[in-house]
Amino acid sequence: MTDSFSPVIEFRSVTKSYGTTPVIRGIDLSVAQGEVVVVCGPSGSGKSTLIRLVNRLESLTSGDILIDGHSTASYRGAALQRLRTGIGFVFQQFNLYGHLTAAENIALAPRKVLGLSAEEALSRARELLKRVGLSDKEASYPSQLSGGQQQRVAIARALAMQPKILLFDEPTSALDPEMIGEVLTVIRQLAETGITMLVVTHEMGFAREIADRVIFIDGGVILEDAPPEQFFLATRHPRAQRFLRQLLSPLHTTGD
Amino acid sequence: MPPELDIIWRNIDYLLWGRLAQGELGGLLLSVVIALASGVLALCVGIALAILAWFSTGPVRRVLFLWADLIRGIPLIFVIFWVYFLVPALFGGNIPGTVSVILALAWFTSAAVMYSTLSGLQALSGGQREAALSTGLSEIQTLVWVLLPQALINLVPSYVSLFASLIKDTSLAFIVNVPELTMVASQVNNRTQLYPTTIFLFTAAMYFVLCGGLSLLVRRLMRRPVTASWD
Repeated sequence: MTDSFSPVIEFRSVTKSYGTTPVIRGIDLSVAQGEVVVVCGPSGSGKSTLIRLVNRLESLTSGDILIDGHSTASYRGAALQRLRTGIGFVFQQFNLYGHLTAAENIALAPRKVLGLSAEEALSRARELLKRVGLSDKEASYPSQLSGGQQQRVAIARALAMQPKILLFDEPTSALDPEMIGEVLTVIRQLAETGITMLVVTHEMGFAREIADRVIFIDGGVILEDAPPEQFFLATRHPRAQRFLRQLLSPLHTTGD
Repeated sequence: MPPELDIIWRNIDYLLWGRLAQGELGGLLLSVVIALASGVLALCVGIALAILAWFSTGPVRRVLFLWADLIRGIPLIFVIFWVYFLVPALFGGNIPGTVSVILALAWFTSAAVMYSTLSGLQALSGGQREAALSTGLSEIQTLVWVLLPQALINLVPSYVSLFASLIKDTSLAFIVNVPELTMVASQVNNRTQLYPTTIFLFTAAMYFVLCGGLSLLVRRLMRRPVTASWD
């Protein structure tokens, strides 16, 4: 049973640069099976890049990311495709396919990648739509859905490949305030199912509620890695303290 | 009937379909056939080239753009001339005028189709591609099932305007003696030697009706809500 203790995601000295600008400067991080890790930090800190490296929407500059103990640094083509199949990704801007209905958005990859029949893929899509509370929207196009509904369809689409890992890149940042709740509810339910999650978010109340660990990142390095109680009540790092103060009272951003 | 209109009326069949009864297609009908054939060819070749350019980097991409820029930088009439005279000279044999015009127009237009299609693909948000790749689709599946269907719908107006140009450009076929609309109109004019203004105004009106009708049709089609399906 040693396997259950080995990390599902393991960053090993990961760096990422755009040209000569370093964005991630040597990150080591382990995420265990079923863990929900919230990543926060100021804008431009590299937190989005960090999770985009996991499913290789960004290429690694150096280092390695192990998924289930397998090195993925050298993955290209079909291997990369297999890696991505096992990792769901939810974007800030939803990125639903505009020419497809909600159900078709969800069913596309199961059909084309897993080879499911049209009926099988559709029934999987319906099941997932029900799970995110949108059973009545299967024939709607993205343009006919609200932001919150689009994001829930996007979450269902990420779940359609039955991934072991879910990555969320600021899933509520593009939403109107009254729609944030419905999306967070869905994510909270997922967190309880035992799926491994990395969540980039500014919703600190939510982070405190669902996170097993909170990671604070700035300037491309991890400054704080702590359980939520400790992070929110007794942050050690001054940068993290300032960040939390700014989030809690945005008007008092100077003079610390 | 005034004599000007009488001229048109007595030659209307010749202007519309040439010597079709003798098995030789001509006039407006031939113009349409040339435009359709070269249009379909240009669309297929242009989209194929755009896909190639989408996936290629470095030298292949540079060659594609050089090729497209070369064609776009040459007057169409030269291209028609060269295909008609140069191809038989290089490879022997003889190609019919109509075929050489179709090939020349298709070649010329495919460069524009390639440019339009590529920019249509690039105009889509990068998030569409990232979302598709994230679900495990390959680059090719992403292009076929996510990017192209959306880009092609957006590109319909630009394809239509290319096709309208193509219809008008078929008139250049007269330099290699293909009996399309402009050619038969000047034949009628040479034969009668009386009312050139009427004859060529009528010819211009036919081109106008063809192109105008086309854009009217497309505008009506595009006004309907698009219910694309991926099956």
